[in-house]
Amino acid sequence: MNDPHLLSLTVNGTEQEVVVEPRRTLADVLRHDLRLTGTHVGCEHGVCGACTVLLDDAPVRACLVFAVQAEGAEVRTVESLDAEGRLSDLQQAFSDHHGLQCGFCTPGFLMLAEGVLDEQPDASREEIREALSANLCRCTGYQTIVDAVHATACSRRQEIPS
Amino acid sequence: MTATELPGDGHATEPRAEGPRFDGHRGRWVGASIPRHEDPRLLTGRGRFVDDITLSGMLHAGFVRATVAHAQITGIDLTATRAVEGVVAAYDASDLALGDIVALLDRPAEEFTPTAMPILAKDKIRFVGEPLAIVVARDPYAVEDGIEAAVVEHTALDAIVDEETALRASTTVHDEAPDNVLLDVSMFDTPGVDEAFADADVTVEVTTRSGRQNALPLETRGVVVSWDARDDQLLVQTCTQVPHQVRTLVARCLDVPERTVRVTVPDMGGGFGQKCVVGREEVAVAAVAQRLHRPVKWIEDRREALTAGFLAREQTYRTRAAFDADGHITALDVDVVCDMGAYSCYPFTAGIEPLMASAEMPSVYRVPAYRVRGRALTSNKAPTAPYRGVSRPQYVVAIERVMERAARELGLDPVEVRRRNVITEFPYTGVNAVTYDPGTYRESLDLAEATIRDEGWYELRESTDRHIGIGFCCFSERTGYGSEAFAKRKMTVVPGFDLSEIRMDTTGAVVVTSGTMNHGQSHETTFAQIVADRLGIDTARVKLRQGDTERIAYGWGTFASRSVTIGGSAVALASQRLGELLCRIAAHLLETRPDNVALDGDGGVVQLDDPDRRLTYEDIADVAYLRSHLLPKDVEPALTATASFDVPGDGTFSNATHAVVVEADPGTGAIRILRYACVEDCGVVIHPKVVEGQCRGGIAQGIAGALFEEITYDAHGEPSAASFIDYLVPTATEIPDVSIAHLETPCAFTENGAKGAGEGGTIGAPAAVLNAVNDALRHTGVELDATPIHPRVVLDALEGGL
Repeated sequence: MNDPHLLSLTVNGTEQEVVVEPRRTLADVLRHDLRLTGTHVGCEHGVCGACTVLLDDAPVRACLVFAVQAEGAEVRTVESLDAEGRLSDLQQAFSDHHGLQCGFCTPGFLMLAEGVLDEQPDASREEIREALSANLCRCTGYQTIVDAVHATACSRRQEIPS
Repeated sequence: MTATELPGDGHATEPRAEGPRFDGHRGRWVGASIPRHEDPRLLTGRGRFVDDITLSGMLHAGFVRATVAHAQITGIDLTATRAVEGVVAAYDASDLALGDIVALLDRPAEEFTPTAMPILAKDKIRFVGEPLAIVVARDPYAVEDGIEAAVVEHTALDAIVDEETALRASTTVHDEAPDNVLLDVSMFDTPGVDEAFADADVTVEVTTRSGRQNALPLETRGVVVSWDARDDQLLVQTCTQVPHQVRTLVARCLDVPERTVRVTVPDMGGGFGQKCVVGREEVAVAAVAQRLHRPVKWIEDRREALTAGFLAREQTYRTRAAFDADGHITALDVDVVCDMGAYSCYPFTAGIEPLMASAEMPSVYRVPAYRVRGRALTSNKAPTAPYRGVSRPQYVVAIERVMERAARELGLDPVEVRRRNVITEFPYTGVNAVTYDPGTYRESLDLAEATIRDEGWYELRESTDRHIGIGFCCFSERTGYGSEAFAKRKMTVVPGFDLSEIRMDTTGAVVVTSGTMNHGQSHETTFAQIVADRLGIDTARVKLRQGDTERIAYGWGTFASRSVTIGGSAVALASQRLGELLCRIAAHLLETRPDNVALDGDGGVVQLDDPDRRLTYEDIADVAYLRSHLLPKDVEPALTATASFDVPGDGTFSNATHAVVVEADPGTGAIRILRYACVEDCGVVIHPKVVEGQCRGGIAQGIAGALFEEITYDAHGEPSAASFIDYLVPTATEIPDVSIAHLETPCAFTENGAKGAGEGGTIGAPAAVLNAVNDALRHTGVELDATPIHPRVVLDALEGGL
């Protein structure tokens, strides 16, 4: 049951091959095998959302996905968002609105928000709040996270006239 | 210590302008919401939290933990564990032979009973989740396999799970405390209490209770320990709020000199007090890393964090208060009982909650006579650490409920009763022998009430059949606990001062140290603002260093909202001294008198009588390091300065009023918050967005305690909440938007005029929410005095009252 498995997946545009035990989670492969430690692990039972990544463009809990389930998939993590250190519009909005304090939940919120903005580009502030209730933050009280994502949604809507 | 003169007394300020500003007094940076220095790395996934650290040859550790609450250990067999594939070693208490964690108070035996917390349980299990053995393996998966293979034999004992079973004392948690009481202090019994009750027009009695909560940093506890043979030193990389205290206990428990232990702190994902005590796991991991001479990592999982991490807040207040016919309080008589769980935490002891409550209970009110008894009980539950606010959310609930009850008895408006009692003249020395520095107690109350009134919430409440309630909470918070104030608690380890060292390099950039410990509070930004203003340089040229026992001579870390008041003052003083040194050297090089030069606010020193003559910091640094033969004869090479700061006397108090409008759902009993307004005064605001963030985050945690979060235990001591399925952490849909209005009463004796802002939100929210819920239920005749407020209780009230 614990025989190693050769896993192939694409992470942030780069093809990767990793030898994993079947029980190894995607979060552990990203963090400890590929050393992409931006994805954080907060509860290991799929509630807090700190480990949220995009799996084939949809937000998932990387702690609840076995790595072998990501065979052949495209994974995007927080490390994909900036361009050589230049913050994306969403990251900049988090900074502008003070949407992070300790920063531990932040990568999960960023990836969740990218998924939400992709799936619901016309989302209202309240719809964004509802969607962001998937993840936990212990520092901010959420208001400034909602503000940051809403501001990004508004600016992206202006950039792409509907 | 030099007091900095700052203008103005308490007055409402206009919303602050964004970006750098000049006002002649506070310089360019303080008061501006500049981009946080921490943000770029945290937003791009390039922070470095403890679990992000991987060292060559690193092993992983986990703990065999108790599955019963109270038992005599008859055997721990790790044979099968050691045989598990991937397991490298497994140890119980007898294998490691470590010293115990002992926290003491300088109080007589009738007041305080010292108890020991072993690193791994020795003879006895005292709570579900207690660590019994440590398993070390090549990866965390093998660690779990090894833990499963461990065999623990024990003889179960009756569990102490509440005040009743503790005080009945049919069994004891610690032999040293046969009555299960670790602390029993009657801190005040001032003259006139009984007379005031005898003469009272109205006497109210309220029993308030609060549930056991987890501070719940989203990053669980964790540590990586490695042995550095070259430095002859254990390197303990841990997420702690108190690195020097961890160093002391690791050295003490391992019986090695402190020099051989270095504690560093990487990025930290919150703490809220849970990480301001030393964890036994940190010590155990250090011991096995020392023994194996291999790096060892332990990362607490969420189940451990919820059941075996430090908890807080399980308290009962039996409060009696006497009032005259005009609604003035004339006496307060309180019995405080805190269920501290199985052990006394280091360095604060099990006295932390009852002593805080006893010292501060009169709150923002003029109370002429005061009697209080505070007790810390021990039980078979996970132990208690300080949690954001420490007892203040609870005693504020007690006294704010007293105000509400008195208002009902007297037929007065509850805000009016507060107005008649609140302290308005400062400095005010209370019946609790504490002197309160100036604040805006009355002003914040008036503004909060006006906000709610002007927005029409009272009209809505009166004109609808919806169950809408309005609640207030007025409070202050001591944020500058110096050594004098902590010494009054009679701790044997007395926190208070902070140290700072500043160094300027040859390019004119500075590195400044602080003994405080950032974990979300934005110190890297706010301290840089303070330094930048003192030296007249850009904040980008200031780097803050914290969390390294090799670089910081000593520090008390971050807790009790102390960082900007004390640590911020120390970095300001160190910066000022460096500025003085720069001026001395510049005067010599400019061949003028020392009093004829000044910092020019733009990275240089200018000659006052000839402003064309100016030296940049680079010019001066060039001499201080690279051409030291040009220095004045009495100035040593290098550009460094150090300073310490301690808050004198009773410290400083931030204050606030919270106003809440809630609606109770008649179908479910759920409480929805319709409006939350906070009017706060934390003195000079260094960074408005950071202060607002602290307020909102604190309020969210206060709402969590008021409405959602609780760990209960069954009669056998089994905890109810071992996952986020049962421990109800509020999300973005439960926490409302919060408006924040700033009042500003500069502190006269901190360097920057700032008071602390870390805890206030958490302190005010439970009472404000509870009062609002009771207002929503006012027609039912039911008054609630316990948190969290369960929907079932609200529903029963609504159904019973309709």
